[in-house]
Amino acid sequence: MTFKNGIHPVYHGKELSESAEIKTAPLLARYTVPLAQNAGKPPEVAVNPGDHVKKYQLIAKASGFVSANLHSPVSGTVKGVIEVPGPMGVPAKAVEIIPDGLGEEMEPLPAMNWQTAEPKALLDRIAECGLVGMGGASFPTHVKLSPPPDKKIDTLILNGAECEPFLTADHRLMLEDPESVLIGAAVMGRILGIRDRVFIGVEMNKIDAIHRLNEKAEEYDVKIIPLKVQYPQGSEKQLINAITGREVPAGGLPMDARCVVQNTGTAAAVTDAVLRGRPLVERVVTVTGSVVKNPGNWKLLIGTPVIEAVKLAGGVTEEPGKLILGGPMMGFAQKSFDVPVSKNTSGILLLPQDQAVNYRSGNCIRCGRCVQGCPMHLMPCAIAAAVESYRFDLAQKHHVMDCLECGACAYVCPAKRPLVQHNRRAKAEIRRLMPKK
Amino acid sequence: MDETSKNIPENDIKLPTGEKLVVSSSPHLSSPERTSKIMGRVLLALAFPAAAGIWYFGLRAAWVILLTTVFCVAAEAVWCKLAGKPVKATILDGSAAVTGVILALNLPPHVPFYVPLIGAVLAIWVGKQIFGGLGYNPFNPAVVARVGLLIALPAIMTTWPAPRGMNNSYPSFKEFKTSVDAVTCATPLSIAGTLPKITGRDFYAEKNFKKIDSPELIKKYFIGCKGGSIGETCIPAIIFGAILLVCFNLINWRVPICYVGTVAIVTGVVNYFCPGVTPSPLFHLVTGGLMFAAVFMATDMVTCPITGTGCVIFAVGCGVITSVIRIWGNYPEGVSFSILFMNALVPLIDKASALRPFGHAPKKSGEAAK
Repeated sequence: MTFKNGIHPVYHGKELSESAEIKTAPLLARYTVPLAQNAGKPPEVAVNPGDHVKKYQLIAKASGFVSANLHSPVSGTVKGVIEVPGPMGVPAKAVEIIPDGLGEEMEPLPAMNWQTAEPKALLDRIAECGLVGMGGASFPTHVKLSPPPDKKIDTLILNGAECEPFLTADHRLMLEDPESVLIGAAVMGRILGIRDRVFIGVEMNKIDAIHRLNEKAEEYDVKIIPLKVQYPQGSEKQLINAITGREVPAGGLPMDARCVVQNTGTAAAVTDAVLRGRPLVERVVTVTGSVVKNPGNWKLLIGTPVIEAVKLAGGVTEEPGKLILGGPMMGFAQKSFDVPVSKNTSGILLLPQDQAVNYRSGNCIRCGRCVQGCPMHLMPCAIAAAVESYRFDLAQKHHVMDCLECGACAYVCPAKRPLVQHNRRAKAEIRRLMPKK
Repeated sequence: MDETSKNIPENDIKLPTGEKLVVSSSPHLSSPERTSKIMGRVLLALAFPAAAGIWYFGLRAAWVILLTTVFCVAAEAVWCKLAGKPVKATILDGSAAVTGVILALNLPPHVPFYVPLIGAVLAIWVGKQIFGGLGYNPFNPAVVARVGLLIALPAIMTTWPAPRGMNNSYPSFKEFKTSVDAVTCATPLSIAGTLPKITGRDFYAEKNFKKIDSPELIKKYFIGCKGGSIGETCIPAIIFGAILLVCFNLINWRVPICYVGTVAIVTGVVNYFCPGVTPSPLFHLVTGGLMFAAVFMATDMVTCPITGTGCVIFAVGCGVITSVIRIWGNYPEGVSFSILFMNALVPLIDKASALRPFGHAPKKSGEAAK
């Protein structure tokens, strides 16, 4: 099963870490927990400098509906709110916590019997535990699971595709703890009121995970769908199209196609919240790259500075040319190793200096590879030509606002044209020029 | 769940400092494809018709190919120098060399040196660089040059030496070198063009083309025992090149198939109803520059539509015009003109065959093109 178009990156890098079991990270000397780890408004700080906090204690309260709680990953002393390098390039506020090594934890919230609990109670538990989308968008989960009443949802899809090269965190999670994922899927299905249309889409390059999930999937009324290995299979619009055949209308959300899509890591966090009463303070991160000594997958606490994660992986063999949070196709390049791990950091990727690609505006030879690769059926070459002439109106006519910025076009272009960069520029200019409704 | 024991030996871990970090927009990986690699593969596919041409027409043909390629690359270098563009980067993308080889394979085998020279200047300067260089030209540069040469030097461009094996003569390679000894002949298409036009009752007479259009002769034409330009005579070599091009995703397979198919259908229909007007469709397929143009010239990425449907429209248009010129036009060969004509229409074709973006409803007129 798959969607139309798309590309097949030659070097997928997953072999570096796909057989590495998830290891737990030891305690560090200092954690800088970013405040803004969710889409929407950042939570408000609820602790003061000098406060002693236990692990799992609330340190920032959600401000509004589209916001998420933040909990302490360790027991220790709050040093204060400082500025750390943020994943988007601008400095971000973070709560600095110095662990005391005592390992004191808050009492877990009462375990819920998810099969009999009220959907509203399950939803409240998810909100209380500060769950956000862990695939990268970090949209507050309780918001996604409460669609407006006029949108009827009939399908829940779990995104286990992990189509980005190099990333193996979701793969190892599905392989080593499939029940967490399945229970989370079933819980979310219950909240949404869906009985028999809960799917987990997994790419065929994770055949072992597919088998492990299939062993128990029937118990929880979940169907595992093997998907063709194609990028960007994990993009939610493409995932919906591959599994259900529906197309999310342009400018719309998955709920307009009667679907809700969640990451498998989020599902495992839901299980932790509901069954074990634990808020979200850690996640599996793939630390990888050809310059990393021992690439692998680690369970890292939020607020872990990336440099410590690299140290866990044995350091580097040479000075890296790029530090990327996320995958190489859509991740963000960083300028400092002090940036901390957030709830949505799926990977820490180090690329060697000779692979730090610099795109240059070579001549477009109209080969059409970008058109063949675009999952949204756009013509990136035409958009880039319009942007180069500052014709943003033409770019809008070519539907640049539908662009996912997945990077497929720039990847395949033989002239190494900066196609995604042009698209981003066009979208920013169009938003700026469009009258605010 | 967290362990408090530290078990990392601190001294032998090399930590990154972050001083060489590059911050740029995603994607951070790119495929190994390069424009120059694409051009290199096209040259590989062209090697087969070129080799066949050299076998049939001797070392003089090799000399023509070499001259044209060198002149094309030189013309591009001269232009870049004069226009202030980076010379090395432009030449190394290989497009001038490809244009040179394609143009050479379109020339008669024994042309004097100034024909490649004028052709190179026409192809690179007029056909490509004045529009802005690679990717900006609306017309196929090799076709522009060929048509320009045909109109400027009609006598030289229509003198066809006899290939090896044509009159059952197989001179050795050495003997085949000079142009002085070459025996000229008429190509089958030109013969078809010069036969008297038939009127009246003989309109439906079949005997008109019997001398040039019979199954044995078709076989001879197919393997290359006929007059013609260097690359167009040996059909198996062209087909082999076509397979290579399609396998490497260098051309859209719809273009050669639809082009050749359209010519076969149009000439087939005319030949069926009025056999006195034009030879059989098989004759049309194996003679003239049709196969070579359909595979190497109409498919040029820059001057071809981007969408699949667009390519079909383009190829059918080329096929119709080629057939019309061959059957009723004054020129015996219609391929070059048809390609130029359809090249001019490509922007319109692209617009008409635009894809339906994901998530948008099909257009109201019912034209949901992919």
